[in-house]
Amino acid sequence: MAVKWNKDVDAALAEAKAHNKPLLIDFSAAPA
Amino acid sequence: MAVTAHIKEHPAYFHRFDVLWTPTVLILDANGIERARNEGYLPNSEFRAQLEMGLARIAFMHKQWVEAERRYTEVAERYPNTSAAPEATYWKGVSRYKVTNDHSALSEVADELKEKYQGSVWALKASIWLH
Repeated sequence: MAVKWNKDVDAALAEAKAHNKPLLIDFSAAPA
Repeated sequence: MAVTAHIKEHPAYFHRFDVLWTPTVLILDANGIERARNEGYLPNSEFRAQLEMGLARIAFMHKQWVEAERRYTEVAERYPNTSAAPEATYWKGVSRYKVTNDHSALSEVADELKEKYQGSVWALKASIWLH
């Protein structure tokens, strides 16, 4: 299943709350 | 749902969530409360097991005992050779106990941990439940 990646934490938090879903946040410093 | 935060693009997110090392993966529940934190690289099976532990933790912290037991059981069965397995086994028993209020649920996982994962901290934690 493809993961839909977001870059806006607040938007993702709002969406998670609206859909009663958990939220994963991946913090990285890897070179692009 | 998933968010990617790079240190160069979103340093404020690192500060906001107290992230001091990478990679770090947080699992938040629908209310935005952090329920699991994984710091440092893990190989695939260990990483997947930890993600599923996070979902089990969400169910547990929401007192969804049946769902928590199901999820912890899945982790223990799918990833028996990972570091998550003994922890999942421990919490599987606790979740079962929360449903049934039957202490045998605890002694059963203590036996299981002693047999399969002796030497793990979770076997030690469960040792008080042994017969």
